[in-house]
Amino acid sequence: MNRSRTRSSPSELAMRTLLFICALTAVIFVLLITVYLILSGLPAIQEIGLFNFLFGDIWQPTSSTDPKFGILPMILTSIYGAAAAIVIGVPIGIFTAIFLAKAAPPKLAALIRPMIGLLAGIPSVVYGLVGMCVLVPCLRKWLDLPAGDSLLAAVIVLAVMILPSVISVSETALEAVPKEYEEASLALGATELETYFRVTAPAAKSGIAAAAALGTGRAIGEAMAILMVAGNVANMPSLLKSVRFLTTGIAIEMNYAAPGSLQRQALFSIGLVLFLFIMLINILLSIVLKADKGDNL
Amino acid sequence: MRASLAPRRRLYNTGAKLLLWLSAGICCVLLLFVIGYICYRGLPGVSWELLTGQESILQGTAGIFPSLVNTLYVIIVSLAVALPLGAGAAIYLTEYAKSRRLVNAVEFAADILAGIPSILYALIGVILFCTALRLQKTLLAGSLTLAIMILPTILRTTQESLRTVPRSYREGSLGLGSGQWHMIRTVVLPSAADGIVTGCILAAGRVTGESAVLMYTAGLSTVMQDFSSIENIMKASGATLTAALYVYAKERADFAEAFAVATILLFLTILINFSAELAAKRLHKRKK
Repeated sequence: MNRSRTRSSPSELAMRTLLFICALTAVIFVLLITVYLILSGLPAIQEIGLFNFLFGDIWQPTSSTDPKFGILPMILTSIYGAAAAIVIGVPIGIFTAIFLAKAAPPKLAALIRPMIGLLAGIPSVVYGLVGMCVLVPCLRKWLDLPAGDSLLAAVIVLAVMILPSVISVSETALEAVPKEYEEASLALGATELETYFRVTAPAAKSGIAAAAALGTGRAIGEAMAILMVAGNVANMPSLLKSVRFLTTGIAIEMNYAAPGSLQRQALFSIGLVLFLFIMLINILLSIVLKADKGDNL
Repeated sequence: MRASLAPRRRLYNTGAKLLLWLSAGICCVLLLFVIGYICYRGLPGVSWELLTGQESILQGTAGIFPSLVNTLYVIIVSLAVALPLGAGAAIYLTEYAKSRRLVNAVEFAADILAGIPSILYALIGVILFCTALRLQKTLLAGSLTLAIMILPTILRTTQESLRTVPRSYREGSLGLGSGQWHMIRTVVLPSAADGIVTGCILAAGRVTGESAVLMYTAGLSTVMQDFSSIENIMKASGATLTAALYVYAKERADFAEAFAVATILLFLTILINFSAELAAKRLHKRKK
């Protein structure tokens, strides 16, 4: 009863208020970001027309006679690119996570874990640089293309870049599976590997799904690395052609579009579309995680 | 015992084992290849002159000292803004907040902030700091944008380390008549310090590796900026290491320099990861 009086001394109260404001900043930033992205994204959409913007298949914003602002090629490229990167990256990531969490000799796992951390820490421009100097020339030579800058190159770079987050999230999920499950399976005569694949992994499925969702978000959102390897022509997506993603569509023109021009406003609209994609993935992710909590109860 | 397995099961086991080792092998080979290749092409170009010199077309010299300074500037300013905000928020959430709803709302907001891709932060920086607050394309605008980006990292790690401080510490202090904030300042924060340091190191790592935001909010100049007065510091605009790498590689096709910068970035990444791990290890030791 006396505590409430000591707590509300002026300096205590001031700190409490200050910290409360700090706590609110994250919420305020999210609101600010949402409002500003919507406000700056809408004008161009209004001018171009929502249908023409989303489903137009030609992007030539600087044409003096007939400017066109269709971002369908970028939307499809982002979806195909992220999907393909996930098809390659997520299985490798999950298997590596099973390896690290269960199958690897502890000393080897302790050696590999920091390596995965390093893979996550390497800046995306460095991945882009290696992709540009190794992957792109190799693709050109092996597949006999006029240029190696392609969706395929971007997909490979993205697959590598989502690996560390997929690995660390699914490893955490695998380690959270109760030991009893595995012990029961082993006692029934299953081998260790059968246990990992048929008992542990299914028990951690929602964590693994979260890892895949996180990887999807990373793949949709990555810009700089694929800017350096994808060629950046706004073609309809095709594995061996030069393509432009939603992210690279913003990145490539941002420094050149004149302030106030429709082109620049349209870039903000692309940002808004990208934001909606990311929010959709976030919502799906939280639904998956919530469903998991429901399971455990 | 293994020999008695049915052939199909033996095949399954061998196959599964192979798959696991192969996947882990791919990851390691990828990392070693990236490191090896960067060092192979970049190490010959790294020299004392490059690190401390300035680029000059007239004198034909290369140098990345300005970019190093800019990177340091961005790390310091963004941490100076995000650390009090993030740590303060974490303290409020773990020590004061009574409403579960508020905690959930802030945590959800932090998750959203963590999930926003950097190219969108670039747009937000351009709209919010460069245009609305009239900071133009400056390192300051870039640093403020990055402060929002690293806020969730600092918030989450601080929160986690605050949770490892035993309740008995708090009760002991409060029982002796200390006020809540006095208790936090003298008892909780010192015991949570290494967790907060880990968060700062991780955040510094993100800032060092970030390129998209800085390219569009902080400028691309590779010339040394004037940091002589507060006004100049606020107006300074230039490329950090990552932005400089992009300019060298993509716009000037100067790969020798690009790989030299990449090597330096790689070493910084290794350094940052290593120190973060060290700090985290200390944290875990205390937890036990």
